[in-house]
Amino acid sequence: MFDFKHDKVAILSLIVLLLIGGASLMAPWIAPYDPYDLSAIDIMDSEIPPVWDQAGDPRFLLGTDDQGRDLLSTMLYGTRISLMIGLGAVLLQALLGIAMGLLAGYFGGRLDTLLMRLADVQLSFSTLMLAIIVLALFQVAFGAALYGELALFMLILVIGIAEWPQYARTLRASVLAEKNLEYVDAARVMGYPAWRIMLRHILPNVASPLLVISTVQVANAIVSEAALSFLGLGMPAATPSLGSLMSSGFEYIFSGVWWITLIPSVLLIALILSINLLGDWLRDRLNPKRYQGT
Amino acid sequence: MKPALLTIDHLYKRFNVAQGLFPKFSFKKARFVAQQAQVSAINGVSLEIGTGEVLCVVGESGSGKSTLARIVMGLLRPSSGTIKYCQQRIDHLSARQWMPYRKHMQMIFQNPYASLNPRMTVRQTLSEAIRFHFPALSRAEVNDKVVSTMLSVGMQPDWASRYPHEFSGGQKQRISIARALAVDPVLLVADEPVSALDVSVQAQILNLMMETREQHALTYLFITHDLSVVKHFGTRVVVMYLGSFCEIAPTKTLFSHPQHPYTRALISAIPTLTPHQTKPIPLFGEIPSALKLPAGCVFNRRCSYANQRCQSEKPELKPVGDHIYVACHGVEENRI
Amino acid sequence: MALLEINHLEVRFASKTGDVRVLQDLCFQLEKGERVAIVGESGAGKSIAAFAILKLISRPGFIHRGEIVFEGQDIVPLSGRAMRHLRGNRISMIFQDPMTTLNPVLTIGTQMVESLHAHRSLSKKQARDIAIDKLQQVQIASPEKRFDQYPHEISGGMRQRIVIAIALLLNPSLIIADEPTTALDVTIQAQIMELLMTLCESQQCSLILISHDLGVVANTTHKTMVMYAGRIIEMGPTSAIIHDAQHPYTQGLIRALPASSQPGQRLNQIPGSMPSPQHLPSGCAFHPRCGEVLQACSHALPSCTYRLNGKHRVACHLFTPPLISSGNN
Repeated sequence: MFDFKHDKVAILSLIVLLLIGGASLMAPWIAPYDPYDLSAIDIMDSEIPPVWDQAGDPRFLLGTDDQGRDLLSTMLYGTRISLMIGLGAVLLQALLGIAMGLLAGYFGGRLDTLLMRLADVQLSFSTLMLAIIVLALFQVAFGAALYGELALFMLILVIGIAEWPQYARTLRASVLAEKNLEYVDAARVMGYPAWRIMLRHILPNVASPLLVISTVQVANAIVSEAALSFLGLGMPAATPSLGSLMSSGFEYIFSGVWWITLIPSVLLIALILSINLLGDWLRDRLNPKRYQGT
Repeated sequence: MKPALLTIDHLYKRFNVAQGLFPKFSFKKARFVAQQAQVSAINGVSLEIGTGEVLCVVGESGSGKSTLARIVMGLLRPSSGTIKYCQQRIDHLSARQWMPYRKHMQMIFQNPYASLNPRMTVRQTLSEAIRFHFPALSRAEVNDKVVSTMLSVGMQPDWASRYPHEFSGGQKQRISIARALAVDPVLLVADEPVSALDVSVQAQILNLMMETREQHALTYLFITHDLSVVKHFGTRVVVMYLGSFCEIAPTKTLFSHPQHPYTRALISAIPTLTPHQTKPIPLFGEIPSALKLPAGCVFNRRCSYANQRCQSEKPELKPVGDHIYVACHGVEENRI
Repeated sequence: MALLEINHLEVRFASKTGDVRVLQDLCFQLEKGERVAIVGESGAGKSIAAFAILKLISRPGFIHRGEIVFEGQDIVPLSGRAMRHLRGNRISMIFQDPMTTLNPVLTIGTQMVESLHAHRSLSKKQARDIAIDKLQQVQIASPEKRFDQYPHEISGGMRQRIVIAIALLLNPSLIIADEPTTALDVTIQAQIMELLMTLCESQQCSLILISHDLGVVANTTHKTMVMYAGRIIEMGPTSAIIHDAQHPYTQGLIRALPASSQPGQRLNQIPGSMPSPQHLPSGCAFHPRCGEVLQACSHALPSCTYRLNGKHRVACHLFTPPLISSGNN
């Protein structure tokens, strides 16, 4: 009974996620306009409300932002960027974290202590704080123009490096437990080198918690980037992510121009929620202690 | 005299134990030094295993028998002492230096449910081992070897694509044995291989081990706590207590004329189907902790024959007959 | 009146593909002061039987039908509250692993006294005295010291004694011991079994001993029942079962013991393994592995009421009285 209900939520989340992800992937083909084509934008078109509002314009379904860009197109491209940051950062975190976690867990001793102290140090800097410091310094040192070009890359790098301890710690705990099982002894007795035992024997058996973490971390990365954008440190205004769109529209909210912030927020919430719900479902599914009905 | 296959010489193994939140400190050499609590798992044992033997190491929990097996196989390093395989030292080797010996010495573990990688099929488990140790074999040859190994442990070859969870405990243990046999070993160390199995399955696996011993001319180092298995399967027996050897004797002799008081108590305690002819010999107290070993003979606190000497001097293994060695002052002094 | 009478007890586990019958048609009687053993291999259902008697089967398992009549009262329909009054008080249980039975963060004393306070109103001192007295009965030296110790400070054998002490605190009429010595060393096993027997005798307490080890059972119980795939396949006086086993499975079990073969000879093995409750063979569950299988074995289930003599029962077609044919032949 419980299974089924939960599955429905998961299926819904999956559909939403696929829709959003698919749409953003297809942005170059389905977006009505290209928001990066500066020649196509007319500042006179700015701040037009969505089409259902009486002041709306059928050319721009969801209205335009403060620069005259079609909101729908900008959102589609923006979601693409958000997802790229999310997935890119998580990939980097995972690679770093898995490597550290495996080494620390398998070899133990001084290496373990060293790596875990590194993780502790890393964790004491909150991601946001680290990102602010690094990105602000970068902008000051290299100028806003260079920053604009490298923003995507920088964001992935910073968020990726900031969050590797999550993976490392979780993996290390699993590896410590798994290491004591006889099949690992059997692999050692068979003479397999350490790297092989870590990657081919232990890792596949401890991977499930990582999948669960990953979904949450993707959501977190996207939200972190949105927060940074709010602070002016995220994606530049020329190539906005969902987050920077929201932030750019914030100043106009009180003058009645609600759609620039609100509509992207709704999309962002839908995206994050579906990722988190999917992650929940995955965690329940992969939990070996849960009674497996025959 | 044939040279021994495996020689263990004055082996000691101590483990450092976590002290808890506030370790006790002592003042040594003008510095405060944290006192390390140590568990003495193995305390000076020596043994020779000859080719073709089934040497059983018998002991209860805390005797150190599993630790011994792991040190022999290189999973643990001894604190002191040496292990030699065919007169070549194998203690303190690096993983790389161990490589040539891995083909010769293999191990079977106690828990069939944890002995196999749950994410690898039988074929993958076996072929990985074969390919690793026989890199020159072609794909077809590797496959043939997988099939023949499975047949030799009584498994149908078409089960090779199944995962461990699809098998019963006994079948899993067969797969573990197959993995060990796949590299054509000379010595098999079996750490309680049938303890986790039901009686009817135990019989199957023990029979299998006996058959493979004949077919492949194997030598066994068989660790167990079950004396009835030893009586059936072993050629020679070593009785171990708290990290020391009490008695070494050929199986028949051990059961017909046990010498060491601990051996006698152990044999008398075996639950039998016929009502006990003699009441089990009671042992006083409990097994002492390996953190603080008693002075003198490790068994003295529970022994009804212990005297002054037993409480202060540790007995050495001394020959008392044809291939029989006993470490007991009482036996030496003919008091027992 | 028998202390415990089980009639046609059936336990099932709900699953997506239908109910799985893990225990079927369990029938036996236990008199006051009697000690009975339930013997079988893993998966036979012996632990389930024990848990069922105490109604400790949790979802998705449930008692499908049958009666458990304890001291004249059928306890199957009893509420949780009423059952709690029975558990620990009239019926106690001893589990296999004393380390996990005892709560590692509570002292021994706390756990014993907790048991007492749950069923009787006693002052702290009274409870402590009773507890210490019981610790002495189970031959624990310096019980006052042990009272304040934690489980990890005590050896395995002693822990099991404490578990026995807790089980006996309230003078129950029935103790169910599920593999009480399996986790212990052989020299301690003998002591514990001896202790359990003595205490049961002196307190006129009945015992249900669950074990896979016939040797442990041989010297301690009056009656033995052998279980296979959720059913009793043979039951009778322990000595009869061991020396005069009738069912091919029981015979196979005894013959498979290393002690039953000459050293160095092949052991007598039973081919195959016990079927899981989800894939029970038709007819007699043992027939695919049986060396004496008959035609009828794969069709019909032998009933457990066939009697050899008054006390020894076997569920096997080998002992079916032949059908009396009617008509002229």
